[in-house]
Amino acid sequence: MTASVDTTAAISVNDLTLAYREKPVLWDIDLAVPRGSLMAVVGPNGAGKSTLIKAILGLLKPASGTIRVYGKPYQEQRRLVAYVPQRGTVDWDFPTDALDVVLMGSYGRLGWVRRPTKSDRDAAMECLGKVGMASFADRQISQLSGGQQQRVFLARALLQNADIYLMDEPFVGVDATTEHAILTLMRELQSQGKTLVVVHHDLETVSEYFDSVAILNVQLIAAGPMNTTFTADNLRQAYGPRVASKIAFLKP
Amino acid sequence: MDIGTLIRDIFLDYTLRTVVLGSVILGITSGVLGCFALLRRQSMLGDALSHAALPGICIAFLLAGENKSPFVLLMGAAAAAWIGAIIITVITRSTRIKEDAAMGVVLVSFFGFGYVILSLLQSSAGAGQAGLDKYLFGRASSMLQSDVETMVLLSAISLGLVVAFFKEFKLLAFNPEYLRTIGFSFRRIDILLTTLIVISIVIGLQTVGVVLMSAMLTAPAAAARQWTNKLSHMIVIAAGIGAVSGALGAVISASAQRVPTGPTIVIALTLITLFSLAFGSARGLVWTLVRTSRTRSAIQHHTLAVPDIEPVSGGD
Repeated sequence: MTASVDTTAAISVNDLTLAYREKPVLWDIDLAVPRGSLMAVVGPNGAGKSTLIKAILGLLKPASGTIRVYGKPYQEQRRLVAYVPQRGTVDWDFPTDALDVVLMGSYGRLGWVRRPTKSDRDAAMECLGKVGMASFADRQISQLSGGQQQRVFLARALLQNADIYLMDEPFVGVDATTEHAILTLMRELQSQGKTLVVVHHDLETVSEYFDSVAILNVQLIAAGPMNTTFTADNLRQAYGPRVASKIAFLKP
Repeated sequence: MDIGTLIRDIFLDYTLRTVVLGSVILGITSGVLGCFALLRRQSMLGDALSHAALPGICIAFLLAGENKSPFVLLMGAAAAAWIGAIIITVITRSTRIKEDAAMGVVLVSFFGFGYVILSLLQSSAGAGQAGLDKYLFGRASSMLQSDVETMVLLSAISLGLVVAFFKEFKLLAFNPEYLRTIGFSFRRIDILLTTLIVISIVIGLQTVGVVLMSAMLTAPAAAARQWTNKLSHMIVIAAGIGAVSGALGAVISASAQRVPTGPTIVIALTLITLFSLAFGSARGLVWTLVRTSRTRSAIQHHTLAVPDIEPVSGGD
Protein backbone atom coordinates (compact mmCIF):
# COMPACT_ATOMS: atom_id res chain seq x y z
CA MET A 1 0.00 0.00 0.00
CA THR A 2 1.62 3.25 -1.04
CA ALA A 3 -0.36 5.98 0.66
CA SER A 4 1.62 8.76 -1.00
CA VAL A 5 -0.24 8.32 -4.28
CA ASP A 6 -3.61 7.99 -2.57
CA THR A 7 -4.99 11.47 -3.18
CA THR A 8 -8.31 10.70 -1.55
CA ALA A 9 -6.76 9.99 1.84
CA ALA A 10 -7.71 12.30 4.70
CA ILE A 11 -4.61 11.17 6.56
CA SER A 12 -1.63 9.43 5.01
CA VAL A 13 1.23 8.04 7.04
CA ASN A 14 4.39 6.93 5.24
CA ASP A 15 7.25 4.87 6.65
CA LEU A 16 6.58 6.29 10.10
CA THR A 17 9.01 5.16 12.79
CA LEU A 18 8.92 6.70 16.23
CA ALA A 19 10.97 5.90 19.31
CA TYR A 20 10.95 6.89 22.96
CA ARG A 21 14.66 7.06 23.67
CA GLU A 22 16.08 3.77 22.37
CA LYS A 23 12.83 1.83 22.24
CA PRO A 24 10.82 1.95 19.02
CA VAL A 25 7.08 2.34 19.69
CA LEU A 26 6.01 2.58 16.07
CA TRP A 27 7.91 0.79 13.36
CA ASP A 28 7.62 1.57 9.67
CA ILE A 29 3.93 2.38 9.60
CA ASP A 30 2.18 2.94 6.26
CA LEU A 31 -1.44 3.91 6.68
CA ALA A 32 -3.98 5.74 4.56
CA VAL A 33 -7.23 6.81 6.17
CA PRO A 34 -9.78 7.38 3.36
CA ARG A 35 -12.03 10.42 3.57
CA GLY A 36 -15.29 9.79 5.34
CA SER A 37 -14.17 6.66 7.12
CA LEU A 38 -14.99 5.73 10.68
CA MET A 39 -11.86 3.89 11.63
CA ALA A 40 -10.96 2.09 14.83
CA VAL A 41 -7.34 1.75 15.90
CA VAL A 42 -6.92 -1.42 17.93
CA GLY A 43 -3.99 -3.29 19.42
CA PRO A 44 -2.66 -4.58 22.74
CA ASN A 45 -1.33 -2.33 25.51
CA GLY A 46 1.85 -0.59 24.43
CA ALA A 47 1.05 -1.16 20.75
CA GLY A 48 1.51 2.55 20.05
CA LYS A 49 -2.14 3.47 19.42
CA SER A 50 -2.06 6.77 21.30
CA THR A 51 1.43 7.41 19.97
CA LEU A 52 0.13 7.15 16.41
CA ILE A 53 -2.62 9.68 17.14
CA LYS A 54 -0.15 12.04 18.80
CA ALA A 55 2.28 11.70 15.91
CA ILE A 56 -0.48 12.66 13.45
CA LEU A 57 -1.20 15.72 15.63
CA GLY A 58 2.46 16.73 15.57
CA LEU A 59 2.78 16.25 19.34
CA LEU A 60 5.55 13.68 18.91
CA LYS A 61 8.41 13.93 16.51
CA PRO A 62 8.92 10.91 14.25
CA ALA A 63 12.39 9.39 13.93
CA SER A 64 11.62 8.99 10.26
CA GLY A 65 8.73 9.05 7.84
CA THR A 66 6.09 11.60 6.91
CA ILE A 67 2.52 12.30 7.93
CA ARG A 68 0.14 14.27 5.73
CA VAL A 69 -3.34 15.61 6.32
CA TYR A 70 -5.09 16.12 2.99
CA GLY A 71 -1.64 16.03 1.42
CA LYS A 72 -0.07 18.70 3.63
CA PRO A 73 1.78 18.77 6.98
CA TYR A 74 -0.39 18.95 10.09
CA GLN A 75 0.72 22.46 10.99
CA GLU A 76 -0.85 23.81 7.80
CA GLN A 77 -4.05 21.83 8.28
CA ARG A 78 -4.63 22.00 12.02
CA ARG A 79 -7.90 23.91 11.65
CA LEU A 80 -9.28 20.81 9.91
CA VAL A 81 -8.42 18.47 12.78
CA ALA A 82 -9.98 18.13 16.23
CA TYR A 83 -8.43 16.06 19.01
CA VAL A 84 -10.25 14.35 21.85
CA PRO A 85 -7.55 13.35 24.35
CA GLN A 86 -7.88 10.56 26.89
CA ARG A 87 -10.00 11.77 29.76
CA GLY A 88 -7.36 10.76 32.31
CA THR A 89 -4.71 13.09 30.91
CA VAL A 90 -6.06 16.23 32.57
CA ASP A 91 -6.72 17.28 36.14
CA TRP A 92 -10.50 17.45 36.48
CA ASP A 93 -10.08 19.27 39.77
CA PHE A 94 -9.13 22.37 37.75
CA PRO A 95 -11.20 25.41 38.80
CA THR A 96 -13.52 25.74 35.83
CA ASP A 97 -16.94 24.64 34.56
CA ALA A 98 -18.13 22.50 31.66
CA LEU A 99 -18.99 25.39 29.33
CA ASP A 100 -15.56 26.93 29.82
CA VAL A 101 -13.84 23.67 28.81
CA VAL A 102 -16.00 23.47 25.67
CA LEU A 103 -15.12 27.09 24.87
CA MET A 104 -11.46 26.04 24.67
CA GLY A 105 -12.48 24.57 21.32
CA SER A 106 -12.72 28.14 20.00
CA TYR A 107 -9.21 29.17 21.09
CA GLY A 108 -7.47 27.82 17.99
CA ARG A 109 -9.66 29.85 15.66
CA LEU A 110 -9.41 32.94 17.88
CA GLY A 111 -5.61 32.81 17.99
CA TRP A 112 -3.45 34.76 20.43
CA VAL A 113 -4.98 37.14 22.99
CA ARG A 114 -8.50 37.39 21.49
CA ARG A 115 -11.28 36.28 23.83
CA PRO A 116 -14.32 34.13 23.07
CA THR A 117 -17.38 36.26 22.28
CA LYS A 118 -21.07 35.86 22.98
CA SER A 119 -21.50 33.97 19.71
CA ASP A 120 -18.68 31.59 20.71
CA ARG A 121 -20.52 30.94 23.97
CA ASP A 122 -23.75 30.29 22.11
CA ALA A 123 -21.97 27.87 19.79
CA ALA A 124 -20.39 26.15 22.79
CA MET A 125 -23.81 25.78 24.43
CA GLU A 126 -25.10 24.25 21.24
CA CYS A 127 -22.25 21.72 21.25
CA LEU A 128 -22.99 20.86 24.90
CA GLY A 129 -26.58 20.28 23.80
CA LYS A 130 -25.45 17.91 21.05
CA VAL A 131 -23.84 15.66 23.66
CA GLY A 132 -26.81 15.93 26.01
CA MET A 133 -25.01 18.12 28.53
CA ALA A 134 -26.75 21.50 28.12
CA SER A 135 -28.03 21.47 31.69
CA PHE A 136 -24.52 20.95 33.05
CA ALA A 137 -22.96 24.06 31.50
CA ASP A 138 -22.08 25.76 34.78
CA ARG A 139 -21.19 22.59 36.66
CA GLN A 140 -17.69 22.47 38.17
CA ILE A 141 -15.91 19.82 36.09
CA SER A 142 -14.82 17.67 39.05
CA GLN A 143 -18.50 17.19 39.87
CA LEU A 144 -19.20 15.51 36.55
CA SER A 145 -19.14 11.73 36.17
CA GLY A 146 -16.51 10.13 33.96
CA GLY A 147 -18.96 9.79 31.09
CA GLN A 148 -20.05 13.40 31.41
CA GLN A 149 -16.44 14.56 31.38
CA GLN A 150 -15.87 12.56 28.21
CA ARG A 151 -18.87 14.22 26.58
CA VAL A 152 -17.54 17.66 27.56
CA PHE A 153 -14.31 16.79 25.75
CA LEU A 154 -16.34 15.67 22.76
CA ALA A 155 -18.32 18.91 22.75
CA ARG A 156 -15.05 20.84 22.81
CA ALA A 157 -13.92 19.00 19.67
CA LEU A 158 -17.30 19.63 18.02
CA LEU A 159 -16.88 23.37 18.58
CA GLN A 160 -13.73 23.23 16.45
CA ASN A 161 -15.99 22.29 13.55
CA ALA A 162 -13.25 20.14 12.04
CA ASP A 163 -13.19 17.70 9.13
CA ILE A 164 -11.13 15.07 10.88
CA TYR A 165 -11.68 13.88 14.45
CA LEU A 166 -8.95 12.00 16.30
CA MET A 167 -10.23 10.41 19.50
CA ASP A 168 -8.13 8.59 22.08
CA GLU A 169 -10.13 5.92 23.93
CA PRO A 170 -13.41 7.86 24.20
CA PHE A 171 -15.31 4.79 25.36
CA VAL A 172 -13.09 3.95 28.34
CA GLY A 173 -14.84 4.06 31.70
CA VAL A 174 -18.07 5.61 30.45
CA ASP A 175 -21.66 4.69 31.24
CA ALA A 176 -24.07 3.19 28.73
CA THR A 177 -25.79 6.54 28.06
CA THR A 178 -22.49 8.17 27.18
CA GLU A 179 -21.43 5.23 25.05
CA HIS A 180 -24.65 5.55 23.09
CA ALA A 181 -24.30 9.35 22.82
CA ILE A 182 -20.73 9.09 21.50
CA LEU A 183 -21.69 6.42 19.00
CA THR A 184 -24.67 8.41 17.68
CA LEU A 185 -22.47 11.46 17.35
CA MET A 186 -19.71 9.58 15.53
CA ARG A 187 -22.21 8.26 13.01
CA GLU A 188 -23.74 11.68 12.53
CA LEU A 189 -20.32 13.17 11.89
CA GLN A 190 -19.57 10.43 9.40
CA SER A 191 -22.85 11.07 7.59
CA GLN A 192 -21.70 14.68 7.19
CA GLY A 193 -18.63 13.41 5.36
CA LYS A 194 -16.21 13.81 8.26
CA THR A 195 -13.37 11.40 8.92
CA LEU A 196 -12.97 9.79 12.34
CA VAL A 197 -10.03 7.85 13.71
CA VAL A 198 -10.75 6.39 17.13
CA VAL A 199 -8.46 4.43 19.45
CA HIS A 200 -10.62 1.63 20.77
CA HIS A 201 -9.94 -1.19 23.22
CA ASP A 202 -13.09 -3.30 23.19
CA LEU A 203 -12.68 -5.89 20.44
CA GLU A 204 -16.27 -7.09 20.78
CA THR A 205 -17.78 -3.78 19.69
CA VAL A 206 -15.26 -2.88 16.97
CA SER A 207 -17.13 -4.34 14.01
CA GLU A 208 -20.44 -2.98 15.29
CA TYR A 209 -19.24 0.59 15.85
CA PHE A 210 -16.78 1.16 13.00
CA ASP A 211 -16.57 0.58 9.27
CA SER A 212 -12.82 0.17 9.03
CA VAL A 213 -10.00 -0.79 11.34
CA ALA A 214 -6.25 -0.48 11.77
CA ILE A 215 -4.69 -3.30 13.77
CA LEU A 216 -1.47 -2.22 15.38
CA ASN A 217 1.29 -3.70 17.45
CA VAL A 218 4.32 -1.43 17.00
CA GLN A 219 4.06 -2.43 13.36
CA LEU A 220 0.85 -2.11 11.41
CA ILE A 221 -0.56 -5.61 11.13
CA ALA A 222 -3.41 -4.72 8.80
CA ALA A 223 -5.66 -1.83 7.90
CA GLY A 224 -8.76 -1.56 5.75
CA PRO A 225 -12.48 -2.29 5.57
CA MET A 226 -13.92 -4.11 8.58
CA ASN A 227 -15.02 -7.35 6.92
CA THR A 228 -11.71 -8.11 5.21
CA THR A 229 -9.39 -6.74 7.88
CA PHE A 230 -10.90 -7.63 11.24
CA THR A 231 -10.07 -11.31 11.05
CA ALA A 232 -9.00 -13.81 13.66
CA ASP A 233 -5.69 -14.23 11.84
CA ASN A 234 -4.82 -10.55 11.95
CA LEU A 235 -5.87 -10.22 15.57
CA ARG A 236 -3.80 -13.25 16.56
CA GLN A 237 -0.81 -11.63 14.89
CA ALA A 238 -1.30 -8.46 16.90
CA TYR A 239 -2.33 -9.87 20.27
CA GLY A 240 -0.65 -13.26 20.27
CA PRO A 241 -2.37 -16.66 20.75
CA ARG A 242 -3.97 -15.64 24.06
CA VAL A 243 -6.46 -13.47 22.20
CA ALA A 244 -8.42 -16.58 21.17
CA SER A 245 -10.91 -16.32 24.03
CA LYS A 246 -11.45 -12.63 23.40
CA ILE A 247 -12.33 -13.12 19.76
CA ALA A 248 -14.41 -16.26 20.08
CA PHE A 249 -17.28 -14.16 18.72
CA LEU A 250 -15.54 -13.98 15.36
CA LYS A 251 -16.53 -16.72 12.96
CA PRO A 252 -13.35 -18.60 12.04
CA MET B 1 1.84 53.02 68.73
CA ASP B 2 -1.95 53.30 68.66
CA ILE B 3 -4.12 52.55 65.66
CA GLY B 4 -4.80 56.18 64.82
CA THR B 5 -1.13 57.05 64.66
CA LEU B 6 -0.49 53.93 62.63
CA ILE B 7 -3.12 54.75 60.03
CA ARG B 8 -1.83 58.32 59.79
CA ASP B 9 1.71 57.03 59.38
CA ILE B 10 0.75 54.73 56.52
CA PHE B 11 -0.25 57.78 54.55
CA LEU B 12 2.24 60.31 55.85
CA ASP B 13 5.33 58.47 57.09
CA TYR B 14 7.66 58.05 54.16
CA THR B 15 9.29 54.79 55.25
CA LEU B 16 6.13 53.06 56.36
CA ARG B 17 4.21 54.13 53.26
CA THR B 18 6.99 52.82 51.04
CA VAL B 19 7.18 49.49 52.88
CA VAL B 20 3.42 48.96 52.90
CA LEU B 21 3.05 49.85 49.24
CA GLY B 22 5.95 47.61 48.23
CA SER B 23 4.60 44.68 50.25
CA VAL B 24 1.09 45.08 48.85
CA ILE B 25 2.36 45.15 45.27
CA LEU B 26 4.46 42.07 45.94
CA GLY B 27 1.43 40.29 47.45
CA ILE B 28 -0.78 41.07 44.47
CA THR B 29 1.75 40.08 41.80
CA SER B 30 2.91 36.86 43.41
CA GLY B 31 -0.67 35.96 44.35
CA VAL B 32 -1.80 36.18 40.72
CA LEU B 33 1.15 34.33 39.19
CA GLY B 34 1.21 31.75 41.96
CA CYS B 35 -2.25 30.59 40.85
CA PHE B 36 -0.87 29.36 37.53
CA ALA B 37 2.18 27.79 39.18
CA LEU B 38 -0.07 25.97 41.66
CA LEU B 39 -2.46 24.69 38.99
CA ARG B 40 0.45 23.48 36.88
CA ARG B 41 1.70 21.58 39.95
CA GLN B 42 4.81 23.72 39.84
CA SER B 43 4.63 25.13 43.35
CA MET B 44 8.26 24.18 43.76
CA LEU B 45 9.22 26.34 40.76
CA GLY B 46 8.95 29.59 42.72
CA ASP B 47 11.12 28.13 45.47
CA ALA B 48 13.77 26.93 43.03
CA LEU B 49 13.89 30.17 41.03
CA SER B 50 13.98 32.49 44.04
CA HIS B 51 16.87 30.56 45.57
CA ALA B 52 18.53 30.51 42.15
CA ALA B 53 18.46 34.31 42.17
CA LEU B 54 21.06 34.58 44.96
CA PRO B 55 24.24 33.99 42.91
CA GLY B 56 22.87 36.48 40.35
CA ILE B 57 22.70 39.19 43.00
CA CYS B 58 26.24 38.47 44.16
CA ILE B 59 27.75 38.30 40.67
CA ALA B 60 25.98 41.51 39.69
CA PHE B 61 27.50 43.10 42.80
CA LEU B 62 30.97 41.95 41.76
CA LEU B 63 30.64 43.13 38.18
CA ALA B 64 28.71 46.32 38.78
CA GLY B 65 31.68 48.51 39.63
CA GLU B 66 30.57 51.82 41.09
CA ASN B 67 26.87 51.53 40.34
CA LYS B 68 25.69 48.98 42.90
CA SER B 69 22.07 50.13 42.91
CA PRO B 70 19.31 47.68 43.84
CA PHE B 71 18.16 47.81 40.23
CA VAL B 72 21.45 46.40 38.94
CA LEU B 73 21.50 43.69 41.62
CA LEU B 74 17.90 42.73 40.83
CA MET B 75 18.74 42.46 37.13
CA GLY B 76 21.41 39.97 38.16
CA ALA B 77 18.81 38.14 40.25
CA ALA B 78 16.41 37.95 37.31
CA ALA B 79 19.13 36.67 34.97
CA ALA B 80 20.20 33.92 37.40
CA ALA B 81 16.60 32.85 38.10
CA TRP B 82 15.92 32.72 34.39
CA ILE B 83 19.03 30.61 33.74
CA GLY B 84 17.82 28.35 36.57
CA ALA B 85 14.49 27.96 34.76
CA ILE B 86 16.25 27.05 31.51
CA ILE B 87 18.39 24.46 33.30
CA ILE B 88 15.27 22.91 34.86
CA THR B 89 13.71 22.63 31.39
CA VAL B 90 16.87 21.18 29.84
CA ILE B 91 17.29 18.59 32.62
CA THR B 92 13.63 17.55 32.39
CA ARG B 93 13.70 17.26 28.61
CA SER B 94 17.01 15.54 28.09
CA THR B 95 17.28 13.19 31.06
CA ARG B 96 14.96 10.85 32.91
CA ILE B 97 15.01 13.11 35.95
CA LYS B 98 11.54 14.37 36.80
CA GLU B 99 10.70 18.04 37.02
CA ASP B 100 10.49 18.22 40.82
CA ALA B 101 13.92 16.64 41.18
CA ALA B 102 15.34 19.01 38.55
CA MET B 103 13.93 21.93 40.52
CA GLY B 104 15.53 20.58 43.68
CA VAL B 105 18.90 20.28 41.93
CA VAL B 106 18.74 23.86 40.67
CA LEU B 107 17.58 25.16 44.05
CA VAL B 108 20.41 23.69 46.11
CA SER B 109 23.21 24.13 43.58
CA PHE B 110 22.43 27.77 42.78
CA PHE B 111 21.71 28.69 46.39
CA GLY B 112 24.82 26.92 47.65
CA PHE B 113 26.97 28.63 45.05
CA GLY B 114 25.35 31.98 45.79
CA TYR B 115 25.84 31.59 49.51
CA VAL B 116 29.54 30.85 49.08
CA ILE B 117 30.04 34.04 47.02
CA LEU B 118 27.96 35.96 49.52
CA SER B 119 30.11 34.79 52.44
CA LEU B 120 33.31 35.67 50.57
CA LEU B 121 31.94 39.10 49.73
CA GLN B 122 30.75 39.70 53.29
CA SER B 123 34.24 39.10 54.65
CA SER B 124 35.70 41.58 52.21
CA ALA B 125 35.10 45.26 52.65
CA GLY B 126 32.21 47.02 50.96
CA ALA B 127 29.69 44.23 50.63
CA GLY B 128 28.56 44.66 54.21
CA GLN B 129 27.65 48.22 53.43
CA ALA B 130 25.64 47.20 50.41
CA GLY B 131 23.78 44.85 52.73
CA LEU B 132 23.80 41.89 50.41
CA ASP B 133 22.62 39.65 53.23
CA LYS B 134 19.30 41.50 53.20
CA TYR B 135 18.35 39.54 50.10
CA LEU B 136 18.29 36.34 52.13
CA PHE B 137 15.29 37.27 54.27
CA GLY B 138 14.50 40.68 52.85
CA ARG B 139 14.80 44.05 54.50
CA ALA B 140 11.77 46.03 53.55
CA SER B 141 12.82 49.09 55.52
CA SER B 142 15.71 49.61 53.11
CA MET B 143 13.29 50.16 50.21
CA LEU B 144 13.29 53.57 48.62
CA GLN B 145 10.50 55.34 46.81
CA SER B 146 12.34 54.68 43.53
CA ASP B 147 12.41 50.93 44.29
CA VAL B 148 8.67 50.95 44.81
CA GLU B 149 8.19 52.84 41.57
CA THR B 150 10.14 50.11 39.76
CA MET B 151 8.02 47.47 41.50
CA VAL B 152 4.81 49.20 40.45
CA LEU B 153 5.97 49.30 36.84
CA LEU B 154 7.06 45.64 36.77
CA SER B 155 3.86 44.57 38.49
CA ALA B 156 1.67 46.54 36.07
CA ILE B 157 3.42 44.97 33.07
CA SER B 158 3.09 41.47 34.56
CA LEU B 159 -0.57 41.82 35.44
CA GLY B 160 -1.31 43.36 32.04
CA LEU B 161 0.27 40.36 30.33
CA VAL B 162 -1.69 37.95 32.54
CA VAL B 163 -4.92 39.67 31.49
CA ALA B 164 -3.90 39.62 27.82
CA PHE B 165 -2.81 35.97 27.79
CA PHE B 166 -5.37 34.72 30.29
CA LYS B 167 -6.88 32.11 27.99
CA GLU B 168 -3.47 30.85 26.86
CA PHE B 169 -2.23 30.52 30.46
CA LYS B 170 -5.45 28.79 31.48
CA LEU B 171 -5.18 26.21 28.72
CA LEU B 172 -1.45 25.77 29.42
CA ALA B 173 -2.33 24.84 32.98
CA PHE B 174 -5.37 22.68 32.17
CA ASN B 175 -4.44 20.79 28.99
CA PRO B 176 -1.06 21.67 27.45
CA GLU B 177 -1.19 18.88 24.88
CA TYR B 178 -4.49 20.12 23.48
CA LEU B 179 -3.08 23.65 23.46
CA ARG B 180 -0.38 22.47 21.07
CA THR B 181 -2.81 20.69 18.74
CA ILE B 182 -4.79 23.89 18.14
CA GLY B 183 -1.73 25.80 17.03
CA PHE B 184 -0.29 27.51 20.08
CA SER B 185 3.38 27.27 20.90
CA PHE B 186 3.70 25.53 24.26
CA ARG B 187 7.25 26.79 24.62
CA ARG B 188 6.42 30.44 24.04
CA ILE B 189 3.58 30.47 26.56
CA ASP B 190 5.65 28.50 29.05
CA ILE B 191 8.59 30.92 28.71
CA LEU B 192 6.29 33.93 29.06
CA LEU B 193 4.67 32.56 32.21
CA THR B 194 8.02 31.57 33.73
CA THR B 195 9.41 35.03 32.95
CA LEU B 196 6.47 36.62 34.75
CA ILE B 197 7.10 34.37 37.75
CA VAL B 198 10.75 35.49 37.72
CA ILE B 199 9.58 39.12 37.66
CA SER B 200 7.35 38.53 40.66
CA ILE B 201 10.32 36.98 42.47
CA VAL B 202 12.45 40.02 41.66
CA ILE B 203 9.71 42.23 43.07
CA GLY B 204 9.81 40.25 46.30
CA LEU B 205 13.55 39.95 46.88
CA GLN B 206 13.95 43.22 48.77
CA THR B 207 10.87 42.61 50.91
CA VAL B 208 10.84 38.92 51.80
CA GLY B 209 14.10 37.65 50.32
CA VAL B 210 15.06 34.52 48.42
CA VAL B 211 14.37 32.05 51.23
CA LEU B 212 10.74 32.93 51.95
CA MET B 213 9.69 34.12 48.50
CA SER B 214 8.10 30.82 47.50
CA ALA B 215 5.51 31.27 50.26
CA MET B 216 4.31 34.42 48.48
CA LEU B 217 3.73 32.43 45.30
CA THR B 218 2.21 29.29 46.76
CA ALA B 219 0.18 30.25 49.81
CA PRO B 220 -2.20 32.91 48.38
CA ALA B 221 -3.09 30.57 45.49
CA ALA B 222 -3.62 27.60 47.78
CA ALA B 223 -5.76 29.71 50.11
CA ALA B 224 -7.80 31.24 47.27
CA ARG B 225 -8.56 27.81 45.81
CA GLN B 226 -10.51 27.01 49.00
CA TRP B 227 -13.00 29.80 48.32
CA THR B 228 -13.91 29.28 44.68
CA ASN B 229 -14.17 26.87 41.77
CA LYS B 230 -13.60 29.51 39.11
CA LEU B 231 -10.13 30.45 37.91
CA SER B 232 -10.75 34.18 37.42
CA HIS B 233 -12.19 34.44 40.93
CA MET B 234 -9.32 32.42 42.33
CA ILE B 235 -6.82 34.87 40.83
CA VAL B 236 -8.61 37.92 42.23
CA ILE B 237 -8.92 36.32 45.69
CA ALA B 238 -5.24 35.29 45.66
CA ALA B 239 -4.26 38.85 44.77
CA GLY B 240 -6.41 40.11 47.66
CA ILE B 241 -4.93 37.65 50.14
CA GLY B 242 -1.41 38.56 48.99
CA ALA B 243 -2.17 42.26 49.36
CA VAL B 244 -3.72 41.93 52.83
CA SER B 245 -0.83 39.77 54.06
CA GLY B 246 1.68 42.26 52.68
CA ALA B 247 -0.04 45.21 54.35
CA LEU B 248 -0.52 43.37 57.66
CA GLY B 249 3.06 42.18 57.79
CA ALA B 250 4.45 45.59 56.94
CA VAL B 251 2.29 47.40 59.50
CA ILE B 252 2.88 44.89 62.30
CA SER B 253 6.62 44.89 61.83
CA ALA B 254 6.64 48.69 61.72
CA SER B 255 4.70 49.00 64.96
CA ALA B 256 6.89 46.59 66.93
CA GLN B 257 10.58 46.85 67.63
CA ARG B 258 12.95 44.61 65.69
CA VAL B 259 10.29 42.51 64.00
CA PRO B 260 11.43 41.81 60.43
CA THR B 261 8.95 42.60 57.66
CA GLY B 262 9.39 39.61 55.34
CA PRO B 263 8.90 36.85 57.91
CA THR B 264 5.97 38.78 59.43
CA ILE B 265 4.28 38.96 56.04
CA VAL B 266 4.77 35.22 55.64
CA ILE B 267 3.31 34.55 59.10
CA ALA B 268 0.25 36.68 58.29
CA LEU B 269 -0.10 34.80 55.02
CA THR B 270 0.21 31.45 56.75
CA LEU B 271 -2.59 32.32 59.20
CA ILE B 272 -4.89 33.40 56.35
CA THR B 273 -4.05 30.19 54.49
CA LEU B 274 -4.77 27.99 57.51
CA PHE B 275 -8.07 29.80 58.03
CA SER B 276 -8.96 29.27 54.36
CA LEU B 277 -8.08 25.57 54.48
CA ALA B 278 -10.43 25.18 57.43
CA PHE B 279 -13.29 27.50 56.51
CA GLY B 280 -13.01 28.10 52.74
CA SER B 281 -16.49 28.13 51.25
CA ALA B 282 -15.70 25.96 48.22
CA ARG B 283 -13.67 23.17 49.75
CA GLY B 284 -12.72 24.12 53.31
CA LEU B 285 -12.35 21.19 55.70
CA VAL B 286 -15.04 22.32 58.14
CA TRP B 287 -17.82 22.68 55.56
CA THR B 288 -16.83 19.39 53.97
CA LEU B 289 -17.11 17.66 57.35
CA VAL B 290 -20.44 19.36 58.10
CA ARG B 291 -21.88 18.32 54.73
CA THR B 292 -20.67 14.75 55.14
CA SER B 293 -22.06 14.34 58.64
CA ARG B 294 -25.39 15.92 57.63
CA THR B 295 -25.75 13.44 54.81
CA ARG B 296 -24.80 10.58 57.13
CA SER B 297 -27.34 11.48 59.77
CA ALA B 298 -30.00 12.04 57.12
CA ILE B 299 -29.36 8.54 55.82
CA GLN B 300 -29.47 7.09 59.33
CA HIS B 301 -32.74 8.84 60.11
CA HIS B 302 -34.18 7.95 56.72
CA THR B 303 -34.93 11.59 56.01
CA LEU B 304 -32.80 11.76 52.91
CA ALA B 305 -34.83 12.09 49.75
CA VAL B 306 -34.21 9.21 47.39
CA PRO B 307 -31.91 10.70 44.77
CA ASP B 308 -33.29 11.14 41.30
CA ILE B 309 -31.69 8.42 39.29
CA GLU B 310 -29.89 10.38 36.73
CA PRO B 311 -29.45 8.27 33.61
CA VAL B 312 -26.17 9.82 32.59
CA SER B 313 -24.16 9.56 35.80
CA GLY B 314 -22.11 6.77 37.26
CA GLY B 315 -19.47 6.69 34.59
CA ASP B 316 -16.72 5.26 36.67
